[in-house]
Amino acid sequence: MSALLVAPVVWPLATAAILVLLQGRLPIQRTLSTASAAVQLALAAVLLARVATQGILVVQFGGWDAPFGISFVADHLSAVMVLVNGIMGTAVAVYALRDLDADRERLGYHPMFHVLLAGVNGAFLTGDLFNLYVWFELLLIASFVLLTLGNRREQLEGGIKYVAANLVASMLLLTGIGLLYGATGTLNMADLALKLPLVPDGLATTLAMIFLVAFGIKAAIFPLFFWLPASYHTPPVAISALFGGMLTKVGVYALLRGFTLLFVADVALTHGLLAWIAGITMVVGVLGAAAQTEFRKILSFHIVSQIGYMVMGLAFFTPLGLGGAVFYMVHNIFAKANLFLIAGIARWYAGSFELKKLGGLYRHRPLLAVLFVIAAFSLAGFPPLSGFWAKLVVIRAGFEVQAWPLVAVSLSVGLLTLYSMTKIWLAAFWSPAPAGVELRAGPAPALLYAPVVALALLTLAMGFASAPFFALAERIGAELTDPTGYVRAVLGEAAAAAFVAQGGAR
Amino acid sequence: MEAYLAVVVGAVFAGGFYLVMQRNLLRFVFGLILLSSGVNLLVFTAGGISRGAPPIIPEGASVPVGEVANALPQALILTAIVIGFGLTVFAMVLLLRVYERLGTLRTDRLTAHLDDPQPVAGLPDDEAPA
Repeated sequence: MSALLVAPVVWPLATAAILVLLQGRLPIQRTLSTASAAVQLALAAVLLARVATQGILVVQFGGWDAPFGISFVADHLSAVMVLVNGIMGTAVAVYALRDLDADRERLGYHPMFHVLLAGVNGAFLTGDLFNLYVWFELLLIASFVLLTLGNRREQLEGGIKYVAANLVASMLLLTGIGLLYGATGTLNMADLALKLPLVPDGLATTLAMIFLVAFGIKAAIFPLFFWLPASYHTPPVAISALFGGMLTKVGVYALLRGFTLLFVADVALTHGLLAWIAGITMVVGVLGAAAQTEFRKILSFHIVSQIGYMVMGLAFFTPLGLGGAVFYMVHNIFAKANLFLIAGIARWYAGSFELKKLGGLYRHRPLLAVLFVIAAFSLAGFPPLSGFWAKLVVIRAGFEVQAWPLVAVSLSVGLLTLYSMTKIWLAAFWSPAPAGVELRAGPAPALLYAPVVALALLTLAMGFASAPFFALAERIGAELTDPTGYVRAVLGEAAAAAFVAQGGAR
Repeated sequence: MEAYLAVVVGAVFAGGFYLVMQRNLLRFVFGLILLSSGVNLLVFTAGGISRGAPPIIPEGASVPVGEVANALPQALILTAIVIGFGLTVFAMVLLLRVYERLGTLRTDRLTAHLDDPQPVAGLPDDEAPA
């Protein structure tokens, strides 16, 4: 059992180590990298199945019992996120086979890709705050390399902003961790859930704010999101799809974990603030997107906008809201990454990401147009696609707590999202190709299409057969709202009883 | 001792944030280095400073004897130093590349040479995927 829990981290790290040794031998690297990503996906699926049947799994490293050693914890949220990361990793690994140029592969794309996957999985699975920081740094350094790989000028220009913002966030995170350790004497998250209520309220709220800023920069919430639209459109499509789908969601995951398990002393203040942030993030992101005319820049601003919906679910702090936030996050990872991948195929045909230089793709390639419609209209929340259900749950959670202003904002942001998606549809697919643009005769390589089709099918499945996804989201919502089970799994029955006695159970 | 160190941490943070907010990227990196040292000192201070023996459990016993120092903050700092070093080195190399290819380290001029035609090291600027 313990092997299964560490496998999502150890497997990609081992793969990365082997890939480093095979540096320069591209055919072997490609095969190994793709196969390893697929195995990682299988491992993640087994992990989720195990968590679903046996409940929360815990492993204590080095035989040191919690809270003294480092724990890895897989509850439903962690297991689902690891599985989603496995799906994205495999999809991008396949896509990269044809999208990525040999130069970048020689510069070390493959090992770094797997280090990134390991870092993301580690962040999802760890039950220790300092360990979370270490995984964050691991995925950051890998993402730095991937983002700037190839040293193109716009990559460097975007990379500087990405690196700067994220390094400051890391410093703040470590500051928060240091102060938290000083105040409680522990860094195990379950133990912190027990000990944080003993900390004076003012200090606990101050700590919560430091973590809000640190996680917030990584999740790209208002007003800390500027690095994202400045950098995500610069690397090759395969890399920006993985970043756009997965990376900011690690920040959202950290927010979800932190503001359900740890910082719940003054919910009116912290989650009230989160509600404001959610609303402004949505609006600013969607308005930013409306002003853009480059395929991937539009998508980047929409990432920011949709982070708002997830934070909105968290701000409501009800089982339905939290479950909805997770459902939204999973739907968004698939749809958003898919749109990036589709942008790459559109460029394969038309040679550009600029909407001005795109056109006629609907007539040229109807299948691509259909795939775009599935992903784009799911993002905009069209029934019965996955985005519709995701929005429905979050908004219904808003009805329950009667947060009318936020509900109104989120509904109008949905309309503006539709505006942006229609803009891309009209410019790139519907209108004829502009003069001087010769569409490349197709079809584009099947390896570019395969992940796009797979992700579109997932989006359709979440829309048309949403019941099992809902059941899972509901369970996650319940687990997050009442972390007694988490504390029991990590620290044992006595600690769980103490947690309940403190009033920690909700 | 803690109060004194807290003031030092504050001063180092202030200097670090001042440098981080400068327009010159080199100063930004210097600021990061200061911040990362400041954070390490902060973790050390927040962990509580005590005079004590090295935390080694004598043979046959299961708990340390007498007053021992807290080893955890030191372990945390050691990890943070290594990570901070790696990130700083990466940031320095990134600056070097930026200076080579964009011709400046001023944040307000980074975009000035984005579309210059002169050849510079690295990959060609608009390669299409195969």
